[in-house]
Amino acid sequence: MSVHDLEKHFQDTIDAEIKIEPLDWMPDAYRKTNIRQISQHAHSEIVGMLPEGNWISRAPSLKRKAILLAKVQDEAGHGLYLYSACETLGTSREETINDLHTGRAKYSSIFNYPTLTWADIGTIGWLVDGAAIMNQVMLTRTSYGPYARAMVRICKEESFHQRQGFESLLVLSKGSEAQRAMCQDAINRWWWPALMMFGPRDSESTNSDQSMKWKIKRKTNDELRQQFVDICVEQVKLLGMTLPDPNLKWNEETKHYDFGEIDWNEFWQVVKGNGPCNLERLQARKKAWEEGAWVREAAAAHAAKKQKRADANAA
Amino acid sequence: MKATLDYILHLADNALILGQRNAEWCGHGPVLEQDIAISNISLDLIGQARSFYQYAAELKGSGTTEDDLAYLRDERQFLNILLVEQPKGDWAFTTLRQFLFSSYQQLLFQKLTTHADERLAAIAEKTLKEVNYHVRWSSEWVIRLGDGTEESRSRILNAIASIWTFTGEMFMSESFETASGIVVTELETSWREKIKTSFAEANIDAPDNTFMRSGGKKGIHSEHLGFILAEMQYLQRSYPGCEW
Repeated sequence: MSVHDLEKHFQDTIDAEIKIEPLDWMPDAYRKTNIRQISQHAHSEIVGMLPEGNWISRAPSLKRKAILLAKVQDEAGHGLYLYSACETLGTSREETINDLHTGRAKYSSIFNYPTLTWADIGTIGWLVDGAAIMNQVMLTRTSYGPYARAMVRICKEESFHQRQGFESLLVLSKGSEAQRAMCQDAINRWWWPALMMFGPRDSESTNSDQSMKWKIKRKTNDELRQQFVDICVEQVKLLGMTLPDPNLKWNEETKHYDFGEIDWNEFWQVVKGNGPCNLERLQARKKAWEEGAWVREAAAAHAAKKQKRADANAA
Repeated sequence: MKATLDYILHLADNALILGQRNAEWCGHGPVLEQDIAISNISLDLIGQARSFYQYAAELKGSGTTEDDLAYLRDERQFLNILLVEQPKGDWAFTTLRQFLFSSYQQLLFQKLTTHADERLAAIAEKTLKEVNYHVRWSSEWVIRLGDGTEESRSRILNAIASIWTFTGEMFMSESFETASGIVVTELETSWREKIKTSFAEANIDAPDNTFMRSGGKKGIHSEHLGFILAEMQYLQRSYPGCEW
């Protein structure tokens, strides 16, 4: 088949809603886009362990400590599935991690914000996991098979995290004055960064068109963002809190909430590495990797020696 | 009654403080699979601590909760052994400590499963399954590091040298143990056998004649515990009487 025929067959497969599998022919750009997106997603899970991990030692009750530890551990598990999905496209976990450490690969900018109070933990569960789920539910139907299947499992756990986060905020919202203030403050600080998680406006997004055609994405950044705003406006009422946007208003014509302008300057600054914790997050990841080198080497050396001994015994 | 309560708190404190220490690895492990494994052990230990604290809280009565016991007692009231409160160190120190402690817990909980106190026996029974896994996982790491590279071997030897002085306290009888019908001194021989067997696989010797430090069971701790509690208890202390 000529490249043209291969490309046509590939697009026909996608249009027929048949998943693309690792051994299928695919355009280089499709492979690259998936590697970029899946690895970014994997790195986000792993870097995302840091801001929440920041509160494990200080969780205010044994129950909350156990819930938080289990949640952060789940994220490590998500990272594992995603690195594996990435490997099916021909890039090793080591290479992928190396790209993170050298700054070639990105992760979600939301994790460059600091967790300053306990209420941040519940708020991350509600807003950050909530925004991630919007994207991830869509990705359970993405065209690349291994990615779509990883997302099905991840989505189940993420929805559970989101409910736990909301429940934890609900307790704060019914608590003392200090707890309610802590809750509102956390919502104020996380709301706008959460909206930024959906990425640039559709008119500014360079990767969107081709990704929609290949059904890697099925909804645009702005569609997902709008869906998220509509849901949160209702949920925040249950907490008796407010969202920090004076321009939030129901629009009878569009049947959606209008909302204020995102600070795109802040968005791009954080993407470029100038967020409040970019440096710390990357340093923490590199430190763990470098300090773990001798452990990984020892495990490999022991496995090799064991194999050698087994071979010698068999001979 | 006081002795029983102290004994249960001692078991709970051991589990909680080691759980707290191991959780420091979460997000910082040497490789993703092991980050998950050590966090999981931490989660098991916190689960154990909760079972013991809940029981202690019931015995204490007057509305005492598990969190009152974990978050509102001071350094001098904690009854954990010194071993569990030592800083996490490197991967050799962490896995070695886990091996030494879990091997002790395994022997102890095997005994507790037949204890006259049915509640204690039930917790031991349930927990033993987890502890068996902790022993397996940590012994494999001790062997791997002892047999691995020159560096890993020197690290595990250093860990043994610095940790050994804290192992004796596990087998020094405290009055709350004898009053609860537990003779920890009886466990030492089997424990040493177990440790020696794994060490032999990695060509490591277990030290003899080390001076053994103690005090934790009497509430006389190393300076580390105060900082662990300051961090762990800070929200409950800063905002007294709140629900979280």
